[in-house]
Amino acid sequence: MYKEIIIKDILEMKKFAQNIGKYVFPGFLLCLEGDLGAGKTTFTKFLGAEMGITDMINSPTFTILKVYEAKLPLFHMDVYRLSGIGMDYDLEEFIYGDGVCVVEWYQNIIESLPQEKLEIKMEIINETERLLKIEGVGKYEEIIEKINN
Amino acid sequence: MIVLSVESSCDETSVSLIRDGKEVLSNVVLSQIDIHKEYGGVVPEIASREHIKGVTMVFEEALRNAKIDKKDIDLVAVTKGPGLIGSLLIGVNAAKAFAYANDIQIVGVHHIAGHIYANALTKDLVFPLICLVVSGGHTELILMKEHYNFIKLGETMDDAVGEAYDKVARTIGLGYPGGPLVDKLAATGKPSYHMPDISMGDTFDFSFSGIKSHVINLVHNINQRNEVLNVPDLCTSFQEAVTEVLVSKSIRAINEFDAKMFMIAGGVAANKGLRKKIAERITNVEVVVPEFKYCTDNAAMIGIAGYYQFQKDQKVDDMKLNGSSRLNLI
Repeated sequence: MYKEIIIKDILEMKKFAQNIGKYVFPGFLLCLEGDLGAGKTTFTKFLGAEMGITDMINSPTFTILKVYEAKLPLFHMDVYRLSGIGMDYDLEEFIYGDGVCVVEWYQNIIESLPQEKLEIKMEIINETERLLKIEGVGKYEEIIEKINN
Repeated sequence: MIVLSVESSCDETSVSLIRDGKEVLSNVVLSQIDIHKEYGGVVPEIASREHIKGVTMVFEEALRNAKIDKKDIDLVAVTKGPGLIGSLLIGVNAAKAFAYANDIQIVGVHHIAGHIYANALTKDLVFPLICLVVSGGHTELILMKEHYNFIKLGETMDDAVGEAYDKVARTIGLGYPGGPLVDKLAATGKPSYHMPDISMGDTFDFSFSGIKSHVINLVHNINQRNEVLNVPDLCTSFQEAVTEVLVSKSIRAINEFDAKMFMIAGGVAANKGLRKKIAERITNVEVVVPEFKYCTDNAAMIGIAGYYQFQKDQKVDDMKLNGSSRLNLI
């Protein structure tokens, strides 16, 4: 299943993240790709808020993984720095865990990721607009079908 | 009181012995920096494996250098987070094993409390104090009214300041870790590029994502128009905007809470532009900056923090102590 959505501004990004937040389940795997400043962490903040996380969600780049406890925990990863490595055993515990896992720059650990996942590529159109290319197989197809911003 | 401390939250395996929260008997740091360099940053799985390889050796050397007997150790302190989860677990489990085998009490310590307490090696802390924590993973403004009492006044809502530096460096092709290079180039340029307002009004929170995006757009537009980017000027403009917001919020916190002391902590405490601006602008209270060798990760700072943490309420952890990748200071 593949879909493209145009996001006009940050408010629409919020609405989109809230939409996704409605469909998360234990083991939910969301993979994000997009240039610096495309809105990957911004999206995750909105998603986390929708999941009931009240702590500040900020960039995980430095520690690669940040865990936020909630009814469903959020595992927020940024694997930019693992470029050219392809996998990481330490992270697999979370990727295959019982929380909601968001992986930024997921292509860098593609070998550690299962076939079934939700992929969102964020392309910068201009300073506020983004083109989202959404793709997923298996149980994620149904979710993509339902998303209409 | 003698504390044995362990730090392994990122790419340094370190064990230290400290007497009475002040006298460093030994501080052994095994750095993996050369191993991670070729990957352009710390690789979690490699870091974990290197910690495993080195930890026993580091323990032994720290004990040997301190020239004390294991039975004279009163407390084991270990970084429990935040950091790379696999790396943290090596230190936590090594510390637990050592504590259990030698029948010593153990406390888990917050990594940032360690960075803050590294300053206690330079000066006795005077309260109330304001501490600006700036590193690759943190940007926080902390108020302390007494020992081991942390009130978070504000923090970054997105990127940490060190990370913003690294991302800007990446955008202009300076390589990794680019933060120190931006600082160096900033000393040679002029603030000729316009930067957005990042003051965020009256809050003590920070945001560096906007200025990062601005720099990316700026560089992109200049490239598209086939113009030449003045790299030193861009570094100066960026650094000026960032250090201005850090220092002006610090000054506001000092005044609002009648602080007697101001400190900086974390890796970005080594930034020359920031140090210069602090020295110029913060003159009404005592300013403490950590010794360079205690700016980067080390176990001595964890030992001091662990000592004060224990002094405060005598609370210790049990063998269920675990590592945590993200952990609130307060």
